[in-house]
Amino acid sequence: MALSAKQLKVGDTHSEQVVDNLTRTQIVQYAGASGDYNPIHTDEAYTTKVAGYPSVFAHGMLTMGLTGTMLTNYVGDGRLTKFGGRLTKQVWPGDALTAKATVEAIREEDGQPFVDLHLSTVNQNGEEVLSGYASARIDP
Amino acid sequence: MAIEKFPVEAGHIMMFARAVGDANKIYYDEDYAKTTEVGSIIAPPTFVQASAQFDPDYRLRPKIGEPWFGSGKEPTGVQQSSGGGGTGLHAEQHYEYHRHPKPGDILTASSRPGQTWERQGRRSGKLIFSETITEYRDQHGELVVTARGVGVRTERPVEQS
Repeated sequence: MALSAKQLKVGDTHSEQVVDNLTRTQIVQYAGASGDYNPIHTDEAYTTKVAGYPSVFAHGMLTMGLTGTMLTNYVGDGRLTKFGGRLTKQVWPGDALTAKATVEAIREEDGQPFVDLHLSTVNQNGEEVLSGYASARIDP
Repeated sequence: MAIEKFPVEAGHIMMFARAVGDANKIYYDEDYAKTTEVGSIIAPPTFVQASAQFDPDYRLRPKIGEPWFGSGKEPTGVQQSSGGGGTGLHAEQHYEYHRHPKPGDILTASSRPGQTWERQGRRSGKLIFSETITEYRDQHGELVVTARGVGVRTERPVEQS
């Protein structure tokens, strides 16, 4: 279901837990699907002994993809016109992420209503891992 | 980087949606998708990232017959150049959708470098940021997605607090 300008107001929020206890296997799934096989995401031996991190960690684009799931659940399929963000903190196996969209503006362009959203995805400690924005076409 | 052919396939969209934990039927069930406003399976919003699969020179994919920097017998399969110790990470990503890709599309991707800048990081030494702008066009030459990515190279591994 698409959003309707009549029913939205600035400050409205929608949030979803997009992953609970992120597994190394899900990170492997993302490597396989996206084609990004950087071993810092899937190869514990390389990551701890060569790259110098305590363990493998998620692709930044997995964090953004997880955030996108919340976003399209909220605005509806095929409605996004813009989606972007900064990846502000690494995401580790075991993390739980909650993604939240906040309505910043409801506007019209050539008679077509749009919503502008601020996005924030946080881990189980409340630390922000993605800060972003999106715009979507909405119904009148 | 240029990708001459990025065929958008239903099975690839399904696998990508699974990887980002998205159970939405619009990404795998064609019969369901036909009943929706969009009318067909479409790709999830970050799917064009998977164009890397179709980049013949993509650095982060093992190449047949070539050494790989991940572990095998040893923690890495290549000799590291001295010093370094930094990591390449994804700092930002921005997408503008002119429409959403769907199975049957054959996209091309052409990239150009954007700005580069430096900053001193608190937890990882000097950070070098570089921007890439990529245009994804369909088989008719129409713009589908404009992407702007920012990569960051750290001087040393990011310290964990």
